[in-house]
Amino acid sequence: MDFGQSAELLARIQFAFTVSFHFIFPAFSIGTASYLAVLNGLWLWKRDPAYLKLFEYWKTIFAVTFGMGVVSGIVMSYQFGTNWSVFSERAGAVIGPLMGYEVLTAFFLEAGFLGIALFGRKRVGDTLHMVAVVVVAVGTLISATWILSVNSWMHTPQGFSIDANGNFVPEDWWAIVFNPSFPYRLVHTVLAAFLTTAFAVGAVGAWHLLKDRTNRQARIMFSMAMWMAAIVTPMQILAGDMHGLNTLEYQPAKIAAMEGHYESHPEGAPLILFGIPNEDEQRIDYAIEIPKLSSLILKHDLNAPLDGLDAFPEDARPPVTIPFFAFRIMVGIGFAMLFVGLWSLWARWRKNIYTNTWLHKAALVMGPSGFVAVLAGWFTTEVGRQPFTVYGLMRTSESLSPVEAPAVGASLVAFVVVYFLVFGAGVFYLFRLFRRPPILEEDHELDKGPHRAAGINPGPAQEDTIREGAHHHGD
Amino acid sequence: MAIDLPTVWAGIIAFAVLAYVVLDGFDLGVGILFPFFPERQNRDLMTNSIAPVWDGNETWLVLGGGGLMAVFPVVYATVLPALYMPIIMMLLGLVFRGVAFEFRWRTARGSIYWDVGFWLGSTIAAFTQGLAVGALVQGITIVDNAYAGGWWDWLTPFTIITGLAVTIGYALLGATWLNLKTTGELQARSRRLAMATGVITLGLIGVVSLWSPFINENYFNRWFGWPTAFFSAFVPVMLAGCAFALWHGLTTDKHLQPFLAALGLFVLSFVGLGISFYPYIVPGALTIAEAAAPESSLIFLLVGASVLIPVILAYTGYAYWVFRGKIDPDEGYH
Ligand code: HDD
Ligand code: HEM
Ligand code: HEM
Repeated sequence: MDFGQSAELLARIQFAFTVSFHFIFPAFSIGTASYLAVLNGLWLWKRDPAYLKLFEYWKTIFAVTFGMGVVSGIVMSYQFGTNWSVFSERAGAVIGPLMGYEVLTAFFLEAGFLGIALFGRKRVGDTLHMVAVVVVAVGTLISATWILSVNSWMHTPQGFSIDANGNFVPEDWWAIVFNPSFPYRLVHTVLAAFLTTAFAVGAVGAWHLLKDRTNRQARIMFSMAMWMAAIVTPMQILAGDMHGLNTLEYQPAKIAAMEGHYESHPEGAPLILFGIPNEDEQRIDYAIEIPKLSSLILKHDLNAPLDGLDAFPEDARPPVTIPFFAFRIMVGIGFAMLFVGLWSLWARWRKNIYTNTWLHKAALVMGPSGFVAVLAGWFTTEVGRQPFTVYGLMRTSESLSPVEAPAVGASLVAFVVVYFLVFGAGVFYLFRLFRRPPILEEDHELDKGPHRAAGINPGPAQEDTIREGAHHHGD
Repeated sequence: MAIDLPTVWAGIIAFAVLAYVVLDGFDLGVGILFPFFPERQNRDLMTNSIAPVWDGNETWLVLGGGGLMAVFPVVYATVLPALYMPIIMMLLGLVFRGVAFEFRWRTARGSIYWDVGFWLGSTIAAFTQGLAVGALVQGITIVDNAYAGGWWDWLTPFTIITGLAVTIGYALLGATWLNLKTTGELQARSRRLAMATGVITLGLIGVVSLWSPFINENYFNRWFGWPTAFFSAFVPVMLAGCAFALWHGLTTDKHLQPFLAALGLFVLSFVGLGISFYPYIVPGALTIAEAAAPESSLIFLLVGASVLIPVILAYTGYAYWVFRGKIDPDEGYH
């Protein structure tokens, strides 16, 4: 099963496929974990049952997402060895310890306290339960920190030497961890996770408001989400801009690909709003461009010279098509988010935020936008690093394991089938959970689960009868 | 005497793998036993008994793998391609196993499929882990620090036996765990299963132990040469002790003892493997010393590990403590 492709290409597709799936879940659970901590804090502070209800509501959703994040992540930690063994051998001494720290400081922490956060309120009491919820949230952030440090090092490597066998030898850990692109990538990605969650929560709230605009829980979640949209989106755009300037400094070829600049522009480069990259002819067809704007954005000077791909050796140029389109998708979504955020402020001021159906419909449509933006961002950044795994130093073609194309092809097919089956079902269940109305009176039958009884209704509430009876229409 | 960092790290990785084997072993075992408990309510109780802890258990696998990449990159980079198929199968098995906890509650009609997935995922994960151990024991072809064998080398009669041994051994751990955590008829059935799987496990441990010295001369000399045989004789003697404790615990209705005895069987088998391997980390191909990463990597991670691993053990212990005791719906578990 090699589909006439090289092992390298198949391994790249496989890696991109599994990591894209993996990242979808953390992007949501990093945000949800923090959201749960806020909700639980509000409940303990105000003792308003609406917050407890919201906590329980999102807790179930978090549990499902988190489970999928964990299993897809375990796949990732072994794929470096199965598919990129030469990369692992040569860079393992540098990035391995960082991932080791991720396990020791984040994964164990999350896993150790997850059980208590989900099932333990009755057993440990409010205070310790709150501690557990916060620890899980902090754990997800620590996890993001280490893995993004690893990834950033692959983009902007420093703090190492190379020994006689070509292996990277760590020399200065501080320089390795805090490599130049890391702070930007960390801020931009964590904000992305928060925004992704905010828009997902906002869409769920909007959906329930469209059905019943008096539902107080739906109002609370919608309002919280719109505050996030209004406040965090501008921060994200700023962070993205700074990230881009950092990339210009360290990976100018990537910027040229994102901008669609095949040629250098010694007297100010245009901003190409849209067009279709033509890799054979090395130009952008049907380009719609604004003269000199790209130089203004990237160099803060209309006439600053900007290198195009022609300034780089042919075997060190990234492909253009994917970064070019992916980048535009991400930025487009960023501005759409900004628009919704501002609209919500306007609606708040006009006091119709809970009744403005158009706003609710817009928020509903924007529900999945964060996920799309996050993936688009990663495709931009990762494809823009090509043809290297460690930028400028180690090529993707040298990184591959000594495995044969049929083995990689067969496992790729297995991953695709299993992931669509399993995560497809998971997403379907998530939608079913989103559909439960967040009402106080009674528990929805879907609120049950492993030990879920520990939540609001004490006692053994998880017998078959409850689940069976009410449920058939749902399937 | 200066500390020998690579050996310390080999010890830590070995500890992580052992922790994984015994901890995830029992929850994979619970999954393997699913067909013997067709009743919905029993299955709910079984998954509930592991729901709060399985993620932590599985994290030891990530530490084993991630740690290997950090401190023995060559091993990570040769063993994983050598075991390409079993590893991918194990990962896919773990995917099914991990999501089943939540998914089986999200659907009434579909939950039977997730139960099957839970069983199949657990069984495949266990079996492929056994295959992997067997493949390591029988040796991996490494030339110039790269895997140089074929992609079916891991499949031999010996590895099939080790695969079976690990699967049934995990089932034994699972059965003794259920014997510890449950009551009534569920517990009684678990006890009977523990006896059956216990006998088979011991038999398979015997087969593997007698077979492996003949696979590799080094193992033979280690176990039967003088003076090492003197020390290695302790392992079989203590194995016999654990076997007795298991049998005694099960026949006199002890709850904790059989579980501990089953853990003991695994710990001792693992120690036995360690005795065979040392000073190699990939038998016959790479020694601990030659496989180690540069010293700066070993030290950097050791600083954190020496503080964090005890802390992890403490809060993991606490999490187990919070969910201690029998899980019994009639008394209201919460
Ligand atoms: C820890 C490192 C790491 C992290 C956090 C990510 N990646 Fe990555 N990615 C790699 C490490 C890597 C890699 C191992 O270095 C690959 C494999 C081959 C290559 O060139 O880079 C790669 C390749 C790769 C490719 C193929 C690029 C190409 O060959 O043209 C895509 C599309 C992505 N990744 C997408 C993602 C997405 C959507 C991520 C979101 C989570 C992501 N990556 C995070
Ligand atoms: C290729 C790179 C990656 C690898 C090897 C990897 C590895 C893993 C592993 C092994 C787990 C399971 C941990 C457990 O057992 O509890 C996991 C979960 C997780 N990962 Fe990743 N990961 C990668 C990329 C990322 C990225 C880019 C982020 C975030 C910025 C991230 C954030 C998380 C989080 C928050 C979890 C917890 C589970 C969840 O929230 O869904 N990971 N990852
Ligand atoms: C209009 C505003 C935005 C700008 C200017 C921007 C800019 C950028 C740039 C330049 C990169 C590539 C970094 C590199 O070359 O390595 C990037 C990556 C990324 N973007 Fe954005 N972005 C914006 C909005 C968003 C939004 C709204 C999200 C998600 C909600 C998002 C999520 C990401 C992610 C996850 C990455 C990959 C990780 C990284 O390299 O930071 N971005 N962004």
